[in-house]
Formats: sequence, structure tokens, C-alpha cells
Amino acid sequence: MADIALTRALDPEAAIAGRRYFRSRTIIYGLLTIFAIVYLLPLVVVILNSFRQLPEIAQNGLIAWPRSFSFKAWVDAWSTYCVGGTCAGMQGNFFNSLKLAIPATIISTAIGAINGYILSKWKFRGSEILFGCMMLGVFMPGQVALMPWAYILGTLHLTNSTYGLILIHCVQGISFTTLFCRNFYVNIPDDLIKAARIDGAGFWRIFRKIILPLSPPILIVTVIWQFTGIWNEFLYAVIFTSGREQPITAALVALSTNGTNVRVYDVMSAAVLIGALPPLLVYLLGGKYFVRGLTQGAIK
Amino acid sequence: MSALTVHNLRKSFGAVEVLKGIDLEARNGEFVALVGPSGCGKSTLLAMIAGLESVTSGEIRIGERLVNSVAPKDRDIAMVFQSYALYPTMTVRENMLFGMESRKVPRPEQEATLARVAALLQIEALLKRKPGQLSGGQRQRVAMGRALVRDPKLFLFDEPLSNLDAKLRVDMRTEIKKLHHRVGKTTVYVTHDQVEAMTLASRIAVMHQGSVQQFDEPQRIYDHPANMFVAGFMGSPAMNFIPAELTTEGGKPALTIKLADGETATLALFDNVASRATSKQVILGIRPEHLSRYDPEARAQKPGMVSLHAPVELVEPTGAETIAVMRLGDLEIVGRFDPDEAPSMGEEILLGVDMAHACLFDPATRQLI
Ligand SMILES: Nc1ncnc2c1ncn2[C@@H]1O[C@H](COP(=O)(O)OP(=O)(O)OP(=O)(O)O)[C@@H](O)[C@H]1O
Ligand SMILES: [Mg+2]
Repeated sequence: MADIALTRALDPEAAIAGRRYFRSRTIIYGLLTIFAIVYLLPLVVVILNSFRQLPEIAQNGLIAWPRSFSFKAWVDAWSTYCVGGTCAGMQGNFFNSLKLAIPATIISTAIGAINGYILSKWKFRGSEILFGCMMLGVFMPGQVALMPWAYILGTLHLTNSTYGLILIHCVQGISFTTLFCRNFYVNIPDDLIKAARIDGAGFWRIFRKIILPLSPPILIVTVIWQFTGIWNEFLYAVIFTSGREQPITAALVALSTNGTNVRVYDVMSAAVLIGALPPLLVYLLGGKYFVRGLTQGAIK
Repeated sequence: MSALTVHNLRKSFGAVEVLKGIDLEARNGEFVALVGPSGCGKSTLLAMIAGLESVTSGEIRIGERLVNSVAPKDRDIAMVFQSYALYPTMTVRENMLFGMESRKVPRPEQEATLARVAALLQIEALLKRKPGQLSGGQRQRVAMGRALVRDPKLFLFDEPLSNLDAKLRVDMRTEIKKLHHRVGKTTVYVTHDQVEAMTLASRIAVMHQGSVQQFDEPQRIYDHPANMFVAGFMGSPAMNFIPAELTTEGGKPALTIKLADGETATLALFDNVASRATSKQVILGIRPEHLSRYDPEARAQKPGMVSLHAPVELVEPTGAETIAVMRLGDLEIVGRFDPDEAPSMGEEILLGVDMAHACLFDPATRQLI
């Protein structure tokens, strides 16, 4: 009897709590779904348009359910579309971007890792101040450095070349890569380094054998950050390169300001997607590790 | 011959002087324990011996060689860390080989040493595992293994057992003692556990606030602590300190102590310490195990025994012995009793005080008289 009375007494409250929980969940998921749709809609429109045919786009408008389907826009955008007199599509610019982003990512990440290792495990007098100065780079907007870079690239005869952009992105990226790596490495216990020093290992052997094997989480974060950042970068690319030397982001601008007045929405959509694909792939492949690496310490 | 000599060693971090003139010495094959409360500078001293911290002034010699500015790897030492500091991405095997690889020891020799040490520590079954897959005790063993493959002149241990649970700690303590007997290497062992220091060491350096308070054999430190800090730190429960006044009783030196309600008690002094005292006021130090239920028969065998009345305030049985807190005037004193003759709460016990083991301290300098 007592049992029954007890459950009956509790029941209404539990039911109310349950309903309240359900309602709040519904609201949260509803809102999140709306945000996700708003955020993804442009991408969907662009993807759909890249497979539509131009006359159909002209007829039904930019935002409409596709009535036609073709790969022509992709082929055009990749290899035949004419920009500024040459008719080779975006492929050259795409490879320019790869030639730019891959070395710049590798070099800036490597330097960041070594900087982080030194600034966390081999501190010297003034190393904290040095780190503080490097962190200014994190907050400095890119356009502040435009003039100095113009001067430097001019002096080094690196204007209108991928190498010039590689140099810029390596230098500009070091603040971030150093910050990421240092903050990760400070969590590696100093005792490991001390033990290794007693074991007879030097600066580089400790880095290679102890620090690097612990680094994948932060290196993945840094590589993703740098690669997407450098790939998507636009300001330096437009200002310091032109024509065939341009990376894809800069070339997309040229595409939209093409001489003829006909808006080739299908080709533009495909070109934009070609330009967006690598960072997207990097994120899809590595996004999981990106989030994990940002939240995880060095040693569980 | 000394394996390690530390002379007037000082260390400052900025304006803070952490070590204030340390003198220390370890003979060949000796086991020296550094013991002291947290923050007294034990780890700093050990790190300086290892070469991981720079020397502000003073001398460190390993064997005959002055090593003040020699790199850690060239000091011929091995160290076991409190955190074990096992390389997390390497297997146990790789952990133990790492040092030999750094030193370019020939492969066959590496393998032979690894096999020998793994057998010695019984960790053969663990060689393929990573540190994350080991229990605390196993990690501890591997950490020692990594030090043992080195065959160095000097072993340094920084609180190697403090991360283990109580039972395992006692087991490993015994193992370390056995190991030291077998290997016979000079060892400096940092701990804040005075029992560990007492059981393991051939000599103990008791440190406090950056200086060595006393450096001697364990039993001498226990029986003749150099000052009140050492007396209070070594031994658990701690020594009782009772303010007293030097007097005479029947022409012989004695001590008078205050009891409740203005009463006093006079305890005959067994030793001729009275002549060394510079003032009438002293502090009597008496260890809990030198208090017992007064037994007139035993008195015949123990000439230093005197008696004292004290009400019992608290009784704590631990099984092997019973700890009792008693009141003596304004003070609480702690006694350690055989469970058979333990007092009960509220009892007014007639306490036997074994004055033969009493220590007297100068209240001003806090030094042993
Ligand atoms: N790098 C440093 N900079 C400034 N002060 C330090 C530094 N390292 C240690 N100290 C100080 O030196 C003193 C001694 O430290 P140490 O680590 O040697 O103590 P310990 O005796 O090993 O203590 P514990 O038993 O807690 O390990 C402490 O007061 C500590 O704050
Ligand atoms: Mg310490």
C-alpha cells in the first residue's frame, strides 16, 4: 500500500518534469536545425547551380529547383573557360593554390612546432617576452603589413610569384602555429624532458623522439588551420599576383569581373566549388581531430 | 672514499634563497636519504646534483670530479622521478633502451642489459606495453628499470613511492632496500616520509627551510635529534615537548614541570645534562613510546623511570599499539601503549616516564642541550 501511495505522489511531478524536458529539447533542436539550414543553404544553391544549364538558370532564376542536369559547367570551369585572354579554365590557378598552400602549411607548422618546443621546454631569459611579441601577430590584421610586404617582395624580386606568397604566409602564420604548439607543449610534463636529458638525449633527439610522437593532435589542428587559412586567403593573393600566377581565390574575382556582361552562373558556381573543395575535404577528413585536438591535453 | 660531496651549496631563484649552504656527503655504496617537509628544497638539491638546475654557489663533486657545470648526461647518474616520467609514446622496452641508444651502446650489449634488468625487476612480461597500460606499481618498477640499465656512479630518487597506495608503498620500500643490497650503488633518496628514510637509509639528512638540520645515522637522529625541528619531524606520533625548569632533588639534578591547578611534578634527571644547560628553563622532549603505565617492578630494571599522574583524554587503538592523548597542565601529551596495558578514556593514569631516553632542548636556540 505504502509503495503505491509513494509512486502516485511522485508521478505528477515526474510527468511535468518530463514534459518540460521534452519541450525544451524540441525548441533547442528546432533552433539548431533552422541555423544549420540558413548556414548550409548558400552551399546547396551553389552546388545545384553548378549542375544546371545556363539557359535554365536564366529562365527560372538563381534560386530554383533544377530542371536540367549537366557536368558541362564543371568541365568548362576546370579546363576551357576563358579568363583574361587565356582559355584554360581554373586548373592552373587551382594548382597555384596547391603549390602555395602545401609548402606554406608545412613550413609554418614545422617552424611553429619548433618555436613552441623552445618556448615551452627550453625557456631562456626573455623567452616569455619574445612569446608575447609573437602573439601580437595573432591580433594584427593582414592589411597592416601590406606595404612592408610590397617593399620586401619587390626587393627580393618575388612579386607576382607563388614563392612570394609562400614567404608571406610562412611569416604571417608563425604566430598562430607557435601559439598552438606552445600551449600544447606546456602541458607535457617537464620531467619527461629532464629524464631524457639524463638519458643523454639532446635538443633534437628529445624533439624527435618524445615531443613529436606526442604532437599529432596539435599538428592536425595546426595543419588544418593553416591550410584552410592560406587556401582561402585573398587579399595578398589579389594584390601581389596577377594572371596565370594567381591562386584560385584571386582568380575567382577575375572570373566575376570578366569583360562580357553575360553572367555565367553555372561556370561561376562550379569554379567556386572547385576553389572550395580542398578546405572542405580537409575539414571533412580532419574535422573530428580538429575539435579533439583543440580540447585535448597532451597526456591523458 | 666519497661518491658524492656537496659543499656549501647555495641556490637562489631570483631574490629567494632556496638552499642556504648545504653540506652533504655520500660514501661509496651508501644510501643517503634527504628528508624534510614540503618545500624545504629537497627536489631542488637533487636536481642540482643531477645537473638539471644550475648552481648559484658552492661545489658538487661526484667521485673526485667537480661537476658544477657538467651536463646531466655526462655526470654518470641515473634518476627516478616522482612522476616516473616514462616516455608515454614508447613501450616499456623502448623506454629502457632509450638511454643506451642515446649513448650509442652496442646493440648486443643493450639487449643483454635489458634482459638482466627486466629479470631483476620481474618486468619481462611488461616489455611490450606502453606506460598507459601499466598499474602504478608497475610504472614504478619500469622507472627503476630505466635507471638501472644505466649502471651509473650515483642513483638519485625523488620521492619514488609517494604516488603508490600505502600497502604497495611498504612492499616497494622493501624491494628498494633489497635492490640496493644487491646492486650496491651509491644512492641519494628524497622523501618526505620519515619512516621511509629510517628504514632505507644508512644516513639521513634532515632538511628544513633550505638547510640541513642534521646529517647522521637513522638511530642517532632518532635518539639524539640535534634540535627541536628534527625531534618533532622524525617519529610518529611526534615527540612531546614539555616546558620544564632545572632544579635539584636530594642533591641530584631534576626537572620540575607544571601540572594543572598550580601543582608541580619533579622528575629526576638521569643524565648529567644539567651541567651543560645555560639557563634554568629547558624543554623536555620525550617520545610517545617512552611513556608507559607505571610499573614499580620494571622500575628496578629501568633506572630512568619516574612517575606522573595524568588524566586520559582520548584513546586511539591502531591494533598493534594504542595511542593515548593525556593532559599535563596546559599541554596534551601523546603516549604509545601496548594494547594490553592501554588506558581507557577518562582514567587518571599513573604514567611511567623513561627519563633515560629524554632529550633536553634550549628554549631559546631550540638546540639539543
Ligand atoms: N623554478 C623555481 N622558481 C622559483 N622558486 C622555486 C622554483 N623551484 C622551486 N622553487 C621553490 O623552492 C622551494 C623548494 O622547492 P623544492 O621543490 O625543492 O621542495 P621539496 O622539498 O622538493 O618539496 P616537496 O616535498 O613538496 O617536493 C619551494 O619553496 C619552491 O617554491
Ligand atoms: Mg620535491
